[in-house]
This record gives sequence, structure tokens and C-alpha cells, in this order.
Amino acid sequence: MSSVLVLAEHDRGNLDELSLEALTFGRDLSEQMGVPLHAVIAGEAGRAIAEGLGEYGVSTVHLAAHDSLDDYAPVGWAQAMVELIGRLEPQIVVASGSDRGSEVMAHAAATMGLPLAANCIEVTPGEPLQLTRTRWGGSLLEESKVSGSVKLLTMSPHAVRAEKAPAPAEAAVEPFTPKLSADDLRVRVVSRVAPEAGKVALPDAKVVVGGGRGVGGADGFAALEELARLLGGAVGCSRVVTSAGWRPHTDQVGQTGTRIAPDVYIACGISGAIQHMVGCKAAKKIIAINTDRDAPIVQQADYALIGDLHQILPALIAELRKES
Amino acid sequence: MNILICVKRVPATGGRITLTPDEQDIDTRFLGFTVSPHEECAVEEAVRLIEAHGGTSKVLTLGPPEAEEQLRDALAVGIERAILLDSGGHEWDPGATAAAIVEAVRASAEPFDLLLFGNESADSGNYQVGIRVAHALGLPVVTGVKHLELDDGEAVARREAAGGWEVYRVPLPSVVTVREGINLPRYPSVPGRLKAKKKELERREPKFEGNTLEMIRLKLPPGSDKQVDILGTGPDAAPKVVEVLKRIGVA
Ligand SMILES: Cc1cc2nc3c(=O)[nH]c(=O)nc-3n(C[C@H](O)[C@H](O)[C@H](O)COP(=O)(O)OP(=O)(O)OC[C@H]3O[C@@H](n4cnc5c(N)ncnc54)[C@H](O)[C@@H]3O)c2cc1C
Ligand SMILES: Nc1ncnc2c1ncn2[C@@H]1O[C@H](COP(=O)(O)O)[C@@H](O)[C@H]1O
Repeated sequence: MSSVLVLAEHDRGNLDELSLEALTFGRDLSEQMGVPLHAVIAGEAGRAIAEGLGEYGVSTVHLAAHDSLDDYAPVGWAQAMVELIGRLEPQIVVASGSDRGSEVMAHAAATMGLPLAANCIEVTPGEPLQLTRTRWGGSLLEESKVSGSVKLLTMSPHAVRAEKAPAPAEAAVEPFTPKLSADDLRVRVVSRVAPEAGKVALPDAKVVVGGGRGVGGADGFAALEELARLLGGAVGCSRVVTSAGWRPHTDQVGQTGTRIAPDVYIACGISGAIQHMVGCKAAKKIIAINTDRDAPIVQQADYALIGDLHQILPALIAELRKES
Repeated sequence: MNILICVKRVPATGGRITLTPDEQDIDTRFLGFTVSPHEECAVEEAVRLIEAHGGTSKVLTLGPPEAEEQLRDALAVGIERAILLDSGGHEWDPGATAAAIVEAVRASAEPFDLLLFGNESADSGNYQVGIRVAHALGLPVVTGVKHLELDDGEAVARREAAGGWEVYRVPLPSVVTVREGINLPRYPSVPGRLKAKKKELERREPKFEGNTLEMIRLKLPPGSDKQVDILGTGPDAAPKVVEVLKRIGVA
């Protein structure tokens, strides 16, 4: 049946936020094409979220119920989807570019021998389908086209904002039991290890104080720690810093590190390479502290202080202490 | 233990990207080249696994002849052998790339126990070549791995998720795609570099069968029209920063 199909991801019954973006995007496509919006959920635990998808304009939710899909199993999810795609024949299948969305769609694409366009930000339905996708973590865009009866896409996170449908639909839930072989289930989550508790997590911090090569060494980060503490924030860093072993990789901001979206990012001794900037461009405000007025970070900041961070940070800390 | 690591040569872009006039490529005239940090970590992980368990390792790339440089970088930190698949001047899409890698794996004299990939390539970020290779070879694959151990013929792999670490356990041979942070790569030593320079590379010329995902052109994302407000020079400007922080509402 003519339709747009969206993978609604969940973790043991909790709907993934990024899937709401994929559903919003899928709904927009389905309206342009004049076809219904369907969703697929893998695992019985997902039943809890199935009906609620009507609020996003989904008319039919296909629930892949299977004893072995209680917890995440990438190939199991993908096989369920492949079976459904074979039966439903949607024109477009969309998932979010999350870890699971990317993984499941790649498995489905490999099984079906189809291309997969990853991290799209714009899609024009048609034959061929035209799309814009991100490269370099979002620092560069690529326009592409893809042909074939079914087009598989993942959405770049935050390319669209999740929005409920103006007129919610009554979502019909249609359970089905996918045929899964032992091979389809050999990769699955077998256990979990709790995250280390403690300090403010980088992705959630309202203030991030970032340090780069200019900090000069692991000891230099004491001043950044103190500034972060005074502002109730967390410390981040550039890749030069993690590669040198001054800070753990969990502190790294950027394309291959963490993406942050604080109220303010204070970048100290960081040049502002594109791979760093894609990780912090969602900050509401950027304050750069750098000796070089022409550093790319200064050009892309809201505020900048020109000078040696080793002199500026102590002065800044003293000023803040005076206030409190 | 026999490990294959796949790496992709990419330009080391700095503060900004400049495109070629035909918008088909990044202008690399003034740039050096590297591989994704994820792939650097895959190389390091292979070296450590071989140190711990014995065996041999091989690094593979599909790229231009110049990608020899990236292969030698891997040899310099302890990978034993290298193979260059000449891309013949084409841009290979993820399906075509995976097919070329699979063909090279099948042609290899000894089978691999572990195939390591980056979770995603630095430039095109398709998040799929490793998975496609696994499918074609009928192997299990764990992606986004940040902690890897070998235990009794199985790979025990962890990946980060919102609620903590997910643990996967798959039999070898298998494919694992890794993320930066799994280890801290070593720097090559001078003797390592010298040894790497002299090594013989294996070369193949896979046949390019065409792409199914067709690139039309590249373009830069719209720039921000931000005007930076220079608050001052040196420590004397500290009070102004506090003012700004107050205005933002964080101090
Ligand atoms: C595929 C790929 C992925 C990457 N992923 C990431 C990533 O996730 N995160 C990341 O950060 N990088 C990443 N990089 C690396 C990136 O390209 C840059 O190399 C890195 O961000 C530079 O770090 P830096 O700004 O600390 O160092 P530099 O570029 O060396 O800059 C140092 C800055 O400090 C200033 N400075 C020096 N001394 C002082 C002082 N005393 N006071 C004030 N300022 C001073 C200098 O003027 C300069 O601007 C990636 C690269 C590639 C190829
Ligand atoms: N041209 C290539 N040569 C060798 N390995 C590659 C190539 N392209 C991609 N890979 C591998 O596949 C991983 C995922 O790539 P991608 O699917 O493009 O994100 C990369 O991190 C590499 O390990």
C-alpha cells in the first residue's frame, strides 16, 4: 500500500525523542505525497507507546511482537521491518539518525540490497528522490538522488523540530509476529552496566567551560574546573586535549565527541576547527578566550576576549568570587 | 587471531571548508590527509589485541594511490601488513565500498577472526559500510563499540546508551565498529616509522560497478550572520565577562 513508514524507536517501552522528529518529518512527506503515515515498533514492550503515535498523525502502527524482541536486537528489529516492507510496499521508510535508527536501517538496507541515505535534512519525494544530507557531522552538505521502489532514509538529529499533528489520527495497532531465525537474534543486548554517577553530564550542562591546546597541559585545567564549579557547569575540551591524554574522551566536544547545547559555552584556547564547532554550535551563546583575534572560534563567537587564558581565567574567577 | 582494520583517507580540514569550483569535492590543495579518529582507535585496538592474544593484523583502504600514506601510518604503530584497493578515481558509495572490501576479504589467504571498522567515516558518515560487509560475509556485527574484550572465542563489546552501557556478546569471527574513546591511540615511534616505510604493500584494483546513491553536488551550510562582540584584551576585561554571564543568567 502506498505509504510512508517510520521506525518508532523505543528502549524497553520508552519512546525515543528523536523518533518524534522522524515521525514529524515522515508526516510532512506523507502529506506531500498524499499517502498515509504508518509506523513500525519492534517488541511487545513498545505496545505502551503505539496508540500515542496517533498524535503525530500515524494512521496505522505495526507492532512486531516476538518473544525475543523484549530488549534491543538490531538484526531482529531490521528483519521485522524488512518483512513488513515486503508486505506493505511503502515508497519511503524513515528512521532517526540515532545509534539504533542508523544501525537498524543499515541492516535493512543490506538485507534488501538497497541504498540507504543517512542523515538527511531535506527530501523531495519523486523518482528519483532528491535529498540533502550532512557530511562531516554537519559542516558540509551533499545533494544526492536515489532511485528504486523503496527509499530508505535516516534523518539528521534536530534537522526538524518534533511537532504533533494539527489533527491527531486514531492510530490502529496491528500486531504481527515476524519470522526470525536464530541468526537474526545472535546480536542483542545481553546485559547492562550502569553509567558512572556523579558530576554534571556534558550533554545536559547549562554552562560548559571548554579547553584546548592553549591550556597547555592537564594541570592547566584546574582553572577551568574552578570556573565551571562557580557557574554550576561542566568542563569540556578539544580533541588535541584528549589525544594528549590531558582529559578523558568523555570530555571531548565535537564530531567524534559529545554534542553540547548549553546556555553558554566558554571556549578557552580552542581554535574552532569545523569538527569542534559542529559539537558546540547548538550553544545559545559562545564566549571565546583566545590570544589570536583571527582564530575561527573568535569569528564564530558571540563574545570574545583577546589574551592569554592563563591570566584571564584567574581574573575572571576572582571577579566571580567577589560577586558571590 | 587475525584482524583486519578498514580505514578511509580524508582531508584534514581546519577552520573552514573550501569547495572546488565544480562543487564535487573539497579543495584539498592546501590540506593534509588523515583518517577518522574512530578508525585511528580501531587501529590501536587491533595492535593491543594482537599484543595481548598474539596473531597478525592487516590494514585495508579503498582510495587513491596516495592513501598509501594512511596505510603506512597504521603500519608505523604496529599493524603488520597493508592492502590498498585502488578506487580508480571514483567516489564509491557505501554499497560499492562494502562490495570491494568483501571481495578483498574473500581473496585473502587466511580468514580473519575480527574485522574492525570505524562507526562512521569522517567525511561522508554513512554509518553502514561495516554492517554491509558483515551481511555479505554472514557475520555478526556490533556497532558503536567503546569497550572490547575477547573471551573464549567471543567478542564482548560495550556501547554507550542513554541508560548506561549495553553489553553484547558475539562469537568470532565477527565485525565490530568502534568509536573514539575506546582507547587512547599511541604515537608512532621513529623506528616504527622507519620500519613502516620499507614495508611492501599489497595492491588490488577492484572493478567499479557504479553507485546507487548518486551525489549531485556539495554545498556549504548557511553561515551564521553573528557579529562577534570583542569584550576587551587581557585580564582587565574580566568584569565585562561577568556582566555578560549575568545577562545570560548563569552568574
Ligand atoms: C574526522 C575528524 C574528527 C575530529 N573530531 C574532533 C572533535 O570531536 N573535537 C575536536 O575538538 N576536534 C576534533 N578534530 C580535530 C580538529 O580538527 C582540531 O585539530 C582540534 O579541534 C584542534 O584543537 P585545539 O583547538 O585545542 O587546538 P589548536 O587548533 O592548536 O588551537 C589552539 C588555540 O589556542 C590558542 N591559544 C594558544 N595559547 C593560548 C593562550 N595562552 N591563551 C589563549 N589562547 C591560546 C591559539 O591561538 C589557538 O587558536 C577532528 C578531526 C578530524 C579530522
Ligand atoms: N573507502 C574506504 N576504505 C576502507 N574502509 C572504509 C572506506 N569507507 C568506509 N570505510 C570503513 O567503513 C566505516 C564506516 O563508513 P561509512 O559507512 O561511510 O560511515 C569507516 O569508518 C571505515 O572503517
